Amino acid sequence: MCLGIPALVVGITDARNKLGLVDVCGVRRQVNLACVIDAGQTPESCIGDWVLVHVGFAMSRIDATEARLTLELLQQLGEAQAELEALRAGAVEH
Amino acid sequence: MSAANGLPEGASSGAPQHASNGAPQHASNGAAQHASSPLPQHASSPLPQHASNGAPQHASNGAAQHASSPLPQHASSGPLLDTSNGRPRDASHDTAPTITLAHGGGGRAMRSLIESIILPAFDNPLLAALEDQARLDLTALIALGDRLAFTTDSYVVTPLEFPGGDIGRLAVCGTVNDLAVSGALPLYLSCGFVLEEGLSIEELTRIARSMAAAARDAGVSIVTGDTKVVERGAADRLFINTAGIGVIPGSAQIGADRARPGDAVIVNGTLGEHGIAILIARNDLALSAEVRSDCQPLHGLIGAMRGACPEIHCLRDATRGGVATVLNEFALSSGVCIRVREAAIPLRPEVRGACEILGLDPLYLANEGKLVAIVPPQSADAVLAAMRAHPAGREAAIIGEVCRQPAQRVILSSAVGGDRVVDLLVGEQLPRIC
Amino acid sequence: MRFTDEFRDPDKARALVKEIDALARPLARARGTPLQIMEVCGGHTHTIFRYGLKSLLSEDVIEFVHGPGCPVCVLPMGRVDDCIALARDPAIIFATFGDAMRVPGSQGSLLQAKARGADVRMVYSPLDALAVARANPQREVVFFALGFETTMPSTALTVLQARREGVQNFSLFCNHITIIPTLKAILDSPELRIDGFLGPGHVSMVIGNRPYRFIAERYRRPIVIAGFEPLDLLQSLWMVIKQLREGRCAVENQYTRIVPELGNVPALAAVQEVFELREFFEWRGLGSIDHSGVRMRAEFAAFDAERKFSIPNLKIADPASCQCGAVLKGLIKPRQCKVFGSDCTPERPLGALMVSSEGACSAYYQYARFAEQAVEPDSGVPA
Repeated sequence: MCLGIPALVVGITDARNKLGLVDVCGVRRQVNLACVIDAGQTPESCIGDWVLVHVGFAMSRIDATEARLTLELLQQLGEAQAELEALRAGAVEH
Repeated sequence: MSAANGLPEGASSGAPQHASNGAPQHASNGAAQHASSPLPQHASSPLPQHASNGAPQHASNGAAQHASSPLPQHASSGPLLDTSNGRPRDASHDTAPTITLAHGGGGRAMRSLIESIILPAFDNPLLAALEDQARLDLTALIALGDRLAFTTDSYVVTPLEFPGGDIGRLAVCGTVNDLAVSGALPLYLSCGFVLEEGLSIEELTRIARSMAAAARDAGVSIVTGDTKVVERGAADRLFINTAGIGVIPGSAQIGADRARPGDAVIVNGTLGEHGIAILIARNDLALSAEVRSDCQPLHGLIGAMRGACPEIHCLRDATRGGVATVLNEFALSSGVCIRVREAAIPLRPEVRGACEILGLDPLYLANEGKLVAIVPPQSADAVLAAMRAHPAGREAAIIGEVCRQPAQRVILSSAVGGDRVVDLLVGEQLPRIC
Repeated sequence: MRFTDEFRDPDKARALVKEIDALARPLARARGTPLQIMEVCGGHTHTIFRYGLKSLLSEDVIEFVHGPGCPVCVLPMGRVDDCIALARDPAIIFATFGDAMRVPGSQGSLLQAKARGADVRMVYSPLDALAVARANPQREVVFFALGFETTMPSTALTVLQARREGVQNFSLFCNHITIIPTLKAILDSPELRIDGFLGPGHVSMVIGNRPYRFIAERYRRPIVIAGFEPLDLLQSLWMVIKQLREGRCAVENQYTRIVPELGNVPALAAVQEVFELREFFEWRGLGSIDHSGVRMRAEFAAFDAERKFSIPNLKIADPASCQCGAVLKGLIKPRQCKVFGSDCTPERPLGALMVSSEGACSAYYQYARFAEQAVEPDSGVPA
C-alpha cells in the first residue's frame, strides 16, 4: 500500500468524473483526480501540477517548495560535514 | 478484435492517439459506458514473457484434427472471449478469410496455403523443393567451422503483433540469437506453425512476411517447416516452433563457465524494452507509452565484437528473466561473483517510468535484442568501441565486473551506494501496489 | 525522474549515513545495544533492502525492526480461501492487485486457482476492475480491496463512482485494515523495546500526522513520518535519532512535500461515507485486533461481496511451523524463523511474509540471505 509515484498532470480526459491524464517519463495513464482538486476549482486547474499517484488515483499534490527545502537541508548537511572534516584534517596537521 | 486504447478519446490536451496493432480504434463516445477507465484485455494474465509454463498439452503430430479439449489455461492468454462484446475473437474479421481445419488436413487447402502464403514469403530453393526435409550440403558447412550449433525454441507471445515486432520476427531473431551467442554463423531455420481455427489469413500472411523479412535481415533461410491447425480454443491463435542450425568456427570458445575475476560485464544497450512493450500492448494495466520491442538479430554485432576481441569469455542473450538471470547463470557456472552498478545500467526513461509505476525491476524484464558479454579486462574498451560503432550496440555500456567473492552471487551496488544481492526470480515478476 | 532521482543522490546519502553514525553511536554505546528502530510500513522495508541501506549503516549502531505494515503479509489463510471460493464461482470475475496473487491459502494461492480455471484478473487500479464490470454486464466482478488507509480512498471513490453510474455487477471483498490499532498492539507488547518509529508516509498522506500523537505523548517514543526514497528514509532515521539524543518525543514529518498535517479531506470524506469500523478483525500471525478493519456501510450492501455472496468465512490456523506472528511483531528476524529458507521459500511459501514484495522474509531471502556468510578471501568458496 505504499507504491506511490510522482507524476505530472498533462490533461483532463473526463472532467465530469474528475479523470485526467498523468505522465511519468513518457508513460501515461488515466487517473482519478478527486483527491487533488481543491474545493471550488475545476479539474483543469490541475494541469501542470505534480501529484503522487497510487493505484490510479492522484492522492496528493507535491509541494515543490517543500521538496526543495528538504534537499537544501541535506545539501547543507553534506557541506557542514565536509567543512568539519577539513577542519579536523587541518587540526591534525598542526 | 477491438483495440482498447490506453485512454478514451476526447482527451482535452496532450493525449496521444494510441493505436494498438493497427486494429480498428475503439470509439469511446464519452458516455457513462467506458467513461472512467480504459478497457483491459487479457486482464487475467501476469507479466507476459514467452510464457511456456502451463501451456496446454495438445497432440500436434499426425492428425490435423484436434480432439475437443477443455478450455486451456496457459500463462499467456486471457479468456478466449473478447471481453468487450462477448463475441469470439477475430469477429471483426467475420467476412475475411480465416484458417479452417481443412488447412491442416494435408490436402488441397493446405497445399494452397503453403503455396500462396508460406513459400512466397520464405522464398528459397531448399524450401521450394517441397520435400519432407531440407537437404544441406555437409562439405559447405564443414568449411565454415568445426562444430554445428543446433537450437530449438517455441513462441507463444500474445498479442501476436506489438510495437517493434510480431511473433514471427521474434521467432526468427530469437533463434538466430540463440545460435549467435555461441559464436556460430546462423544459417538455416525450420518453422512449425500451430494455427488456431479462425485465425485470419491476412494476419498469418503478415506474420509470414515479417518472418521472411527478419530472415533476410539476418542472412538466414527458413528451409523446412510444418503446419498444423487445431480447433478453436485449443491454441492461442498462433504458436511457432523453430529449430536453427549454425556453424561455430574453431576460434570461438565461449561458455558460461569462462568468466574470470577482473573481467568486464557489458550490455549492448538499454534494457527492458521488449517486456514493457508487450505489457503495454496487452493493455491490462492501461498504460500508454512509446516503447517498442528491441527485437533484432545480434550475430552481426557479435561478429564485430569478436573482431575486436577473439577471446570473449561469456555471451548470452537476455530474454526471459532478463539480464539478472543471465548474470546469475554466469556467476553460478563460473563460480565467481559478478558485481554490477545500478547507475551504469542503461534504461530508456519510459521503461524506468513503467517500472516505477508498477514496482518492477528492469533487471528481470525480457529483452529480444540485448546480450550480456563478459570479456577480459584488457579488451573491454576495444569491444565497447566496436559495439558502439555497430547499429545494434550504439548504447553499449560496461555495467560491472567479475570478482572472486562472494562466489556464485550477483551483487548490485544501488543508486545510493548500498549493496544488495540480485537473485534468480521465483515465478513471474508481478506488478505490485505495495 | 523529477521528485524521485534527487532523493536517490549518493553524495547526500553518504553525508546522512555519517551523521547518523555520529549521532547514534554514543547512544548505542551507552545502552550496550544498537538502537532499535521500527519501520512500520512494508514499503520502507522494501526500500531498505532494495537500496542496500543496511550495508551502509553499522549493525552495532542501528537495528531495523521490521513492522507489520504490510497488508498482504497479514492476510489470514481463511481470507485467501474466501477469495478463491469467490473466484471459482463461474458467475464471478475476481479482480485483484498483483501482490495478492501468490499468498498461500489452505488449498493454494489465487495464481494456482487461476491455473486451475478460476477467472482471476490482475489489475493495477480498482477503476480497472470497475471497467471490467462495465464490459461484462452478464457477470459479477468482485474486487479484492486490500490495503491500509492509503488505499481505502481509491476503493471508496470507485464504489461511489459505481453507484453514480448505476453499475449493478460490481462489488468489493473488503479487507482494508487500519494502522493505529496495530501500532498500539506493538507498543503494548512487553517483549518489544522499540526506541523510535519510522512512520508510514503514504498512510499519513491520507490521515495526516495527528493520529500518531499518542505514540509520542502516551508511549514516549519519537516517530518521524517518512517518505519512500532512500534519502527520505535516511533523513527520517536521522531525525528520530536526533530526538533521542535531545531527549525529545514528538511526531515529526520528514515527508513534507507530500504529507499534509491534516491529511486529505476529500479522501477521508469518501472513506467515511463508504466504510465503517469492524469491531475486530483477524490478522495473520497477530490474532484478532479490535477496530482494526473496516467493512462497507449497510447502504452500500449492493457493492459488498460479503453480503452478496456466500463465502466460507472459516478461520484457518497457520501451519504449526509458521512463526509469521513473531516476525511481524519484530520479535525475531526472518532468518531466525525455524523454517526460513528450508520449508518456507519463495517457491513454496508457508506464509505471506515470504511472498509479498515488501514482506520482511521475502526481502531477506531475496536481498540479504547471503550477507551473513563469512567470506574466505581468495578461497573461491564462502565459509
